Amino acid sequence: MAEAIAFYTLAAFILGFAVLVVATKDTVHSVLFLVLDFLFVAALYVLLHAPFLAAIQVLVYAGGIVVLYLFVVMLVNLKRPPEAHSDTQRRTKLGFGLAAAVLAELAAIAAYGSAVPAAPIASSAALPVTGNTEQVGWMLYTSYLIPFEIASMLLLVAMIGAIVLAKREL
Amino acid sequence: MIDNFVIPLVKILVVLNATLVGVTYMVLLERKVIAWAQSRLGPMRVGPYGVLQPVADAVKLMIKEDITPVRADKWVFTAAPIISMVPALIVYAVIPFGPTVSIFGHPVSLFVTDVNIGLLYIVSVASVGVYGIILAGYASNSKYPLLASLRASAQLISYEVAVTLTLVSIILMAGSLSMVSIVNAQYNQHVWYAFVQPFAFGIFVIGGLAETNRAPFDMPEAEQELTGGFHTEYSGMRFALFFLAEYANMIVVSSVATTLFLGGWLRPFPNVAALHFLDLIPSWTWFLIKSFLFLYFFIWIRATLPRYRYDQLMRLGWKVLIPFAIANLVVTGILKVLLA
Repeated sequence: MAEAIAFYTLAAFILGFAVLVVATKDTVHSVLFLVLDFLFVAALYVLLHAPFLAAIQVLVYAGGIVVLYLFVVMLVNLKRPPEAHSDTQRRTKLGFGLAAAVLAELAAIAAYGSAVPAAPIASSAALPVTGNTEQVGWMLYTSYLIPFEIASMLLLVAMIGAIVLAKREL
Repeated sequence: MIDNFVIPLVKILVVLNATLVGVTYMVLLERKVIAWAQSRLGPMRVGPYGVLQPVADAVKLMIKEDITPVRADKWVFTAAPIISMVPALIVYAVIPFGPTVSIFGHPVSLFVTDVNIGLLYIVSVASVGVYGIILAGYASNSKYPLLASLRASAQLISYEVAVTLTLVSIILMAGSLSMVSIVNAQYNQHVWYAFVQPFAFGIFVIGGLAETNRAPFDMPEAEQELTGGFHTEYSGMRFALFFLAEYANMIVVSSVATTLFLGGWLRPFPNVAALHFLDLIPSWTWFLIKSFLFLYFFIWIRATLPRYRYDQLMRLGWKVLIPFAIANLVVTGILKVLLA
């Protein structure tokens, strides 16, 4: 019961801040609401007994990535109205199109999930290690090794791309 | 009732108040030590040898006019000092000042809590503290604070990488993220990690200076170039909050360095039975002595070294500290596997 109350409170805050992120006029304010949103998502992880994930969420998203967002937003002054240099009509259509696509995808997943019951996930008691951090590490380096390595390749590609963009002549 | 509610509450009160008193006296200590280093007397007027100076400063800051610039971003301007102060204080929740001891028959642990992601908690909370500085510069709507906060964010993000990498080598050594377990691992392995991880220790200390905006890396508040840095537009108690946060962060860095590298609350040579008489001094005193030595070191560095130039700072961070930290991590991992 207490868990349900905590979940719905957190979910309400997360959704509320998410709306504020897109609804706020000032770009810096919307980035700040994004930080708050990430912090509440981290609280949701704590509620799910995943403290490691919660700390990583704060460290990487709230503390790392959004600082870079803020950095960029402060460097390029976005105070002027965006209508001056883009076609609003087209953007609105594009936004609605993307939102509809995501909604359709979610509906498809939900329909598929109710039609085909998911395979049981290995319970944490079956793992040879105890402790949340150890279990995350164990799963990452056994069952999910290939996705993990693909993610690291992706980061490497992004890093090389950034260097190539920043240094035109090597 | 007593174990679940009263004792934790008392511990939180003691830790918070001790921190705030410690912070105000850190300011006095810094002024005194730098004065002695420069053949001056430092504060002498308030109380004998100026020992009441922090009280006078606090009163002065509280009764000063609190100005908000007209063109400032009001909400963010008000929130920024709070955002830098809160992370600096809540980090103390996981710092172990001593082991579990018995007080009047009650087992009392000399730390507020011991979570199994302790070290990660400290790093992530500290990374949120960066927002205080960035937002202060942005919200002031003034060019010098903005420049300072851009510098600060670049500096803090760069050095965070190197510091976090050294922490990973310590986690590899101890096999745990819990602060208490890390101290116990140093006891069980019969060595302080400063001696087996000298590179990590060095990088952590340099990175710690940069993370707390201390000289020689006090770029975000370089007076000569930036008229005071990110807090130029702040006055009164809000300015004091930035000041307190900086010193609270210094105490955090010292405490973390003590816990990770100098054996936390352990006495020197904790496994040598012949030195048993050292146990007469309670464990938390050892912790405080070691942390104090670190804080003194911070002040000593400030009195000794001139400020780095900004490009030198970045070069040191990215081209020296981060490669060294990565190499140290790789070597630690290989040795750990080979010796296991």
